[in-house]
Amino acid sequence: MEVKGRSPKKKMKRSFKIEGLCCANCGAKIENNINKLEDVTATLSFMTQRLTIEAPDDKFDAVVEEAQRIASKIEEDCVIVR
Amino acid sequence: MTKKQIKELRRILLAVLILAGAVLCDSMQDMPKFLAVFMYMAAYVSIGLETVLKALRNIFRGQVFDECFLMSVATVGAIFLGEFTEANAVMIFYQIGELFEDIAVDKSRKSIAELMDIRPDYANVIRGDEEVTLDPYDVQIGDVIIVKPGEKIPMDGRIIEGKTAIDTAALTGEAEPRDAEIDDEVISGCINLSGVIKVQVTKEFSESTVSKILDLVENASSKKANVEKFITRFARVYTPAVCIAAVVLAVLPPLVLPGAKFSVWIYRALSFLVISCPCALVLSVPLAFFGGVGGAGKVGILIKGSNYLEALARMETVVFDKTGTLTTGAFDIERIVTEGDYEEDVLLEIAAYAESYSSHPVGMAIVHEYGLGIDFGKVIDVKEAAGRGVETSFMYLDREITVHAGNEKLMWEIGLYDVPPVEETCVYVAVDGDFAGYITFADRVKSDARELVGNLKKLGIDKTVMLTGDRENIAEKVGDELEIGTVYAELLPQDKVSKVEELIKIKSEKKSVVFVGDGINDAPVLARADVGIAMGGLGSDAAIEAADIVIMTDEPSKLISAVKIAKKTTGIARQNVVFALAVKLGVLGLTALGFASMWAAIFADVGVAVLCILNSMRALNVKNL
Repeated sequence: MEVKGRSPKKKMKRSFKIEGLCCANCGAKIENNINKLEDVTATLSFMTQRLTIEAPDDKFDAVVEEAQRIASKIEEDCVIVR
Repeated sequence: MTKKQIKELRRILLAVLILAGAVLCDSMQDMPKFLAVFMYMAAYVSIGLETVLKALRNIFRGQVFDECFLMSVATVGAIFLGEFTEANAVMIFYQIGELFEDIAVDKSRKSIAELMDIRPDYANVIRGDEEVTLDPYDVQIGDVIIVKPGEKIPMDGRIIEGKTAIDTAALTGEAEPRDAEIDDEVISGCINLSGVIKVQVTKEFSESTVSKILDLVENASSKKANVEKFITRFARVYTPAVCIAAVVLAVLPPLVLPGAKFSVWIYRALSFLVISCPCALVLSVPLAFFGGVGGAGKVGILIKGSNYLEALARMETVVFDKTGTLTTGAFDIERIVTEGDYEEDVLLEIAAYAESYSSHPVGMAIVHEYGLGIDFGKVIDVKEAAGRGVETSFMYLDREITVHAGNEKLMWEIGLYDVPPVEETCVYVAVDGDFAGYITFADRVKSDARELVGNLKKLGIDKTVMLTGDRENIAEKVGDELEIGTVYAELLPQDKVSKVEELIKIKSEKKSVVFVGDGINDAPVLARADVGIAMGGLGSDAAIEAADIVIMTDEPSKLISAVKIAKKTTGIARQNVVFALAVKLGVLGLTALGFASMWAAIFADVGVAVLCILNSMRALNVKNL
């Protein structure tokens, strides 16, 4: 992910349904790793199977892509429904 | 159980059978040894192959410390040590644990889905002369919809035809149906019980009450409680730490201690791996909060996040707004102040005649207080001055008089500029253009507010505060009646914020200041308090939006239920954390010293998980709180 300084950017927040996530700890790992991305805040609720991502407008789609990659790496069947 | 779960159960039973056969075989003297070993392996393959393969696949994807890996290493290691029964038992119990977790999660998801079964699937819209069935998303503001008995009201709107009783239980937890007729507002998500009604839609579906509530509940678990965050952080450190300890345990003692055997220490190390699985622990805490939030929803208390449930459980100070929260906002006459020669009862009589056709709560309170019945034949003419009062002509003592009854503005209109200022709600009365006096009102304390302070004390919360914009003496009266600890009166809205800020400054560490208001003009206070609770959320978007917790009905006693639910839920979460950690660390210690076998490790993993999950599911039950 490229870094564009620390200027406040317009952020977008969206919530996604998640499928194929069967373990709470994996969920926590996925959440943690997505949060490591620059400028991204994510919360994943295992109980409701929902992932909420908050990221800058201009790279939101890229972030979601990356989040999907992270998710499949940790739990192979895990799909973020878009 | 789902199909997948039934399949899983069959697999477990099959493995148990094969294992039983193997153990039997093993115990018989004349059976060849290889047959028993073959059966052990068959049992292992039937139950564990999938897990081992998944672990291998995960390693290739760079995921090492997941539970498949831990279980695979532990069991394969045990097989190499010749501990066939243990290897199988670990795998079987691990699968039982997984299955159990799955069922528990499904069950609580389902019970909450049922609870939130308020989403309407369709709306019957009148288009031209026809009635068409549409997706609620396609209905627009101004459309007229028909709702038949038994149907969910799909959109917020106003009744334009028909009358009925409405079941609001799904939103408020209230069993008693409400009556609704023409011009009444109806709320989406309620069920129409008795009559066919036509409703003019006032909000788009995405803005309707039902959408807002569903949204709120779905997002509640994304605001995590501290215990929840603690347990996930803990899990991140715990698993690698126990694995490293296992490696050290396998290698170091045999090298250092004289006469120590590798096989003994490897067995202990493998037990470590079994205990190192964090998943169930990580699950049981959010499961408890999920249950608590869901259970609260069932009784008409919407909680916007697990963190608020946690903060509510740590409530030290509770701050109430007066009007609309502790009092009904309906009116009782407090004082009658007369001017000149008027007697109090004469002024009341005149005011009652003036307000005889009024539908305003203040007017109705006057007529009610007069109590002698109005002779409507005497009333000659009534003119409503919207937002100001009424102008009524009637016969009084055989003489026609014109009475103005209303607020200051109405007095100004008839040239009375120097009426005395009154801070409470009041009605000024002028007879034939001359000022005659005024009547002031105090609103009534809600019946279930009386036991509130006592019940809060029982829960260990004895700092109660009331804030109000009303005058000191009125505030004191209500405060005394309800036994509120501290009363601050004559506050402007911004003063309420600073009072709450002061209270937050002096609270004890880790405790919270909770504000309870009606959400109408106290949004800044709701936002500033550690937990903002809005009452009477049904039908008030402002309340739903501004607060952290919304009490759908306007009963302050629901606060008690909310606190009890919060305490129960956080208690369960804490019990799980303490219990699981104590057992896990205890068994780790015993294992390292050689006092515990792999069976103890299995209990520390699966047994603890099952017990924690069962404990968590108690949070769903809020009936007796």
